Amino acid sequence: MIEIENVRKSFGTLEVLKGIDLTVNKGEVLTVIGGSGSGKSTLLTCINGLEPINAGKIVVDGTEVHAKSTDLNRLRQKIGIVFQQWNAFPHLTVQENVMLAPRKVKGMPKAQAAEIASKQLKHVGLGDKLDVYPGRLSGGQQQRMAIARALAMSPDYMLFDEVTSALDPQLVGEVLDTLRLLASEGMTMICVTHEMKFAREVSDRVAFFHQGVMAEIAPPADLFGNPKDPELQKFLAATH
Amino acid sequence: MFNYRFQWRQAWARLPEMLDGAIITMQVAVLSMVIGILLAIALTVFRRSGSRVLSGIATTWVEIARNTPALFQIYMAHFGLAGLGLHLSPYASLLLGITFNNAGYLAENFRGALKAIPDTQTRAGRSLGLSDIQAFRHIVLPQMIRISFPTITNQMVWAVLMTSLGVTVGMNLDLYGVTQDLNALTFRTFELFAMAAVIFYVIVKIIQAGAWLISRRLFRY
Repeated sequence: MIEIENVRKSFGTLEVLKGIDLTVNKGEVLTVIGGSGSGKSTLLTCINGLEPINAGKIVVDGTEVHAKSTDLNRLRQKIGIVFQQWNAFPHLTVQENVMLAPRKVKGMPKAQAAEIASKQLKHVGLGDKLDVYPGRLSGGQQQRMAIARALAMSPDYMLFDEVTSALDPQLVGEVLDTLRLLASEGMTMICVTHEMKFAREVSDRVAFFHQGVMAEIAPPADLFGNPKDPELQKFLAATH
Repeated sequence: MFNYRFQWRQAWARLPEMLDGAIITMQVAVLSMVIGILLAIALTVFRRSGSRVLSGIATTWVEIARNTPALFQIYMAHFGLAGLGLHLSPYASLLLGITFNNAGYLAENFRGALKAIPDTQTRAGRSLGLSDIQAFRHIVLPQMIRISFPTITNQMVWAVLMTSLGVTVGMNLDLYGVTQDLNALTFRTFELFAMAAVIFYVIVKIIQAGAWLISRRLFRY
């Protein structure tokens, strides 16, 4: 369970999260929508401790993320994150990309890591690309590799930060299909996305962020069918 | 004007001694590069460390190495340190001077290479649970070496050529030093130095060919 309590976060004088309260349960798929600069991506990087917070707290399975005593490297094994820019490691083959963290962080023997990597890569449809360097892959394939790379650490939670935003339109579908697959397998996921159709289909709940505030949160049928927040109404009108 | 009589045979007979010198030259160059690369990586880490003391040390090193003559650096390693009471052999002084120079130049090149690697690479590594050091070691460093590989090759060539400065601190084991001594013995100046030049040229070509082979093997992406 991820518990977010009154989290505030500023970059300099700009407050990007103005007191967020949110609980994500095990097995839940939460999507976060909202305009640019609404703070939705920042929230994800705070959840796995890549960014410090200014106030409030985030607790993952009883561990407070920003407590001094927390071993972030250990905590991050639980929480996979995939970014808009997939950040493939160009000097490693697709399989080596996925093997790196299991080997170096978990100290797994090479053969075992290779097996896990090939299993995860098959899972995302890249079983025939194991020995290829990422430079030879399309954006969609690289993004799926990044998902496999995060999954190889067998995380309990997956955070997706606008993972389709940097892709050519014809490649978006294959990545969303991968996310759908994970959702159907019961993975706990928080997806920041601009794909409204996707949000409507896979989410248990959808949260709308506006200027650092979570303005509305509801099951997709309610949020899209009967939006209450005026900013959300404007946002939905503009995106349709 | 041209009444010099070439006596190639006399000079040619000295080839084995010169080749022995060439081995020492290679040895100094290779050692100075291996140590120089390790030091340059350390200096690069120092400069990124955020510690003012460490980055101050690294910056001073790079500034001196790049902005003063290599000859001065070798002199300081021999006569400068001797003045302070540390007497190094000509071999050690030459090795120290060239290593100092290599480390400075390479550290600057590494810094440039790092700028070409997006911060998001480290971030992606950290988000997978790698520590800062692991992310640097397994993600940043290999890419940095690849980007700066041509300049590493260049510096290796320079290291070979810089060994010729060793004669100024009494080094007479390397190719240039041996040639100088043979010249004093035989006065076959043109022949001996022409041969030395050809040997230097061949060494450099071997280095370039070797670098090409290494890069083909290491950088398949």
